Amino acid sequence: MKAHIDPQRCQGHGRCYTLAPDLFGEDDEGYGTVPGDGVVQPAQVHTARLARSNCPESAIDLSEES
Amino acid sequence: MAVDDRFTQDHRDSDPDQPAGTRNEVVTGPVADWATDFSHVEPEWAADPYTIQDDLRQRCPVAHTERFGGAWLPTRYADVAEIAYDTERFSSRSVVMSNFRPPLDLAPMGAIPPISSDPPFHHGARKLLLPVFTRSAVAKREAATRAFCHSLIDSFGDRPVVDAAHDYAQHIPIRVIADMLGFPPEDAPQFKVFIENTLEGVNNPQDERMEAFNQLFDYLYKQIHDHLDDPRDDLTTYLINAELYGHKLQSEHVAGTMALLLIAGIDTTWSAIGASLWHLAKTPADRERLVAEPEMVPTAAEEMLRAYAPVTMARLVKQDMRWRDVDMKAEDWVLLSFPAANRDPAQFDRADEVVIDREVNRHAAFGLGIHRCVGSHLARMELRVALEVWLERIPSFSLDDPSGVTWAKGQVRGPRTLPLRIA
Repeated sequence: MKAHIDPQRCQGHGRCYTLAPDLFGEDDEGYGTVPGDGVVQPAQVHTARLARSNCPESAIDLSEES
Repeated sequence: MAVDDRFTQDHRDSDPDQPAGTRNEVVTGPVADWATDFSHVEPEWAADPYTIQDDLRQRCPVAHTERFGGAWLPTRYADVAEIAYDTERFSSRSVVMSNFRPPLDLAPMGAIPPISSDPPFHHGARKLLLPVFTRSAVAKREAATRAFCHSLIDSFGDRPVVDAAHDYAQHIPIRVIADMLGFPPEDAPQFKVFIENTLEGVNNPQDERMEAFNQLFDYLYKQIHDHLDDPRDDLTTYLINAELYGHKLQSEHVAGTMALLLIAGIDTTWSAIGASLWHLAKTPADRERLVAEPEMVPTAAEEMLRAYAPVTMARLVKQDMRWRDVDMKAEDWVLLSFPAANRDPAQFDRADEVVIDREVNRHAAFGLGIHRCVGSHLARMELRVALEVWLERIPSFSLDDPSGVTWAKGQVRGPRTLPLRIA
């Protein structure tokens, strides 16, 4: 599973980097970022899904890697 | 030192014909039918807007009123979201619905940028503020906010009953934003008057409202001049020196943004803190759980923001159009009720219940789209800290007189009198 933020949708609510700080970060203006490679480790799946389902702009995508 | 000639005259001096704009007849009094005659400043709405909006959502779902010169009220989450995202057809030229529409040429900046700004102007005006209000930036204020909350509770002494809205909630955002702007904290009583005029006084005579706005801007220009003489590390000096596209900001931009931060930073957070304490005072199970599990406060705070979202915004329709089976006219108001959106059962399970540990909570309390509340990280920090300190210091409390609780009318709703028994 890989985490991705759609920068066109993100408005900097910051739910992702609050709920899943080990997967998401904030930039200088408060927009969400994916600092690493975005790969969601098995232990991170729950918080990753939490971040996705709490994003008010539905900007987070968790795609299954092919 | 060179005089900054942007501020030798203030922007109001340059246009003797102000205030231009359109006024309509003020209509007050009991509402006949909420679907065709709604008003968010009548006592019935202030007491309980949720029952009204839930009913409208089922039978309208877009209500109308001839009051305020014509206005619409969508109540479904999907409709509120669509309008928030549609800055082409809905203007933010004025975001507080009243009986006065500011002149069209006030766009795209509006009186209080960037909340009153439309694209493309909006983008740069907002970009200036974002770094100051990131979660990391506001975290630096947490320790001082916490100490201040403790000092407020210390001041309760041994009183068995306190007014949590008046003696606690309101002081917290006032202190925080006054510190950020570099305004003297002892000016707080004036801020309250400015806010009441702007948000609750929408049906007051327009001349009276204009006079109060003039007093607000007199105050802001006084602060600007004080900061020109004595620059310091705060938001006022930051705005005076800020540049957008290679130019310093116009005086009305500097003063307008200061007005926004002062007005929007106080009433809203005050309301969120008060509504949360009101809920906990009347819901012992939730209160006891948060006392036992303080690490749950952030999750609970999100649910309070969903269920008791303090803020409703407004838009102005740009052109005549058919929208969701209603005929909107140019210059009609639209109330953008995030509280109604947050209680739409199509969007939330158990939408009308407070579920204190709700895990999935995609609420819209801070708005959606490009106008997402710029102070949301600050508000969340203040709300969390205010609740943590209160619950730590006063784990047991209840409503002293449920009928004595009063709520603000208008677009920002929260308790204004909240008598709590704390001992």
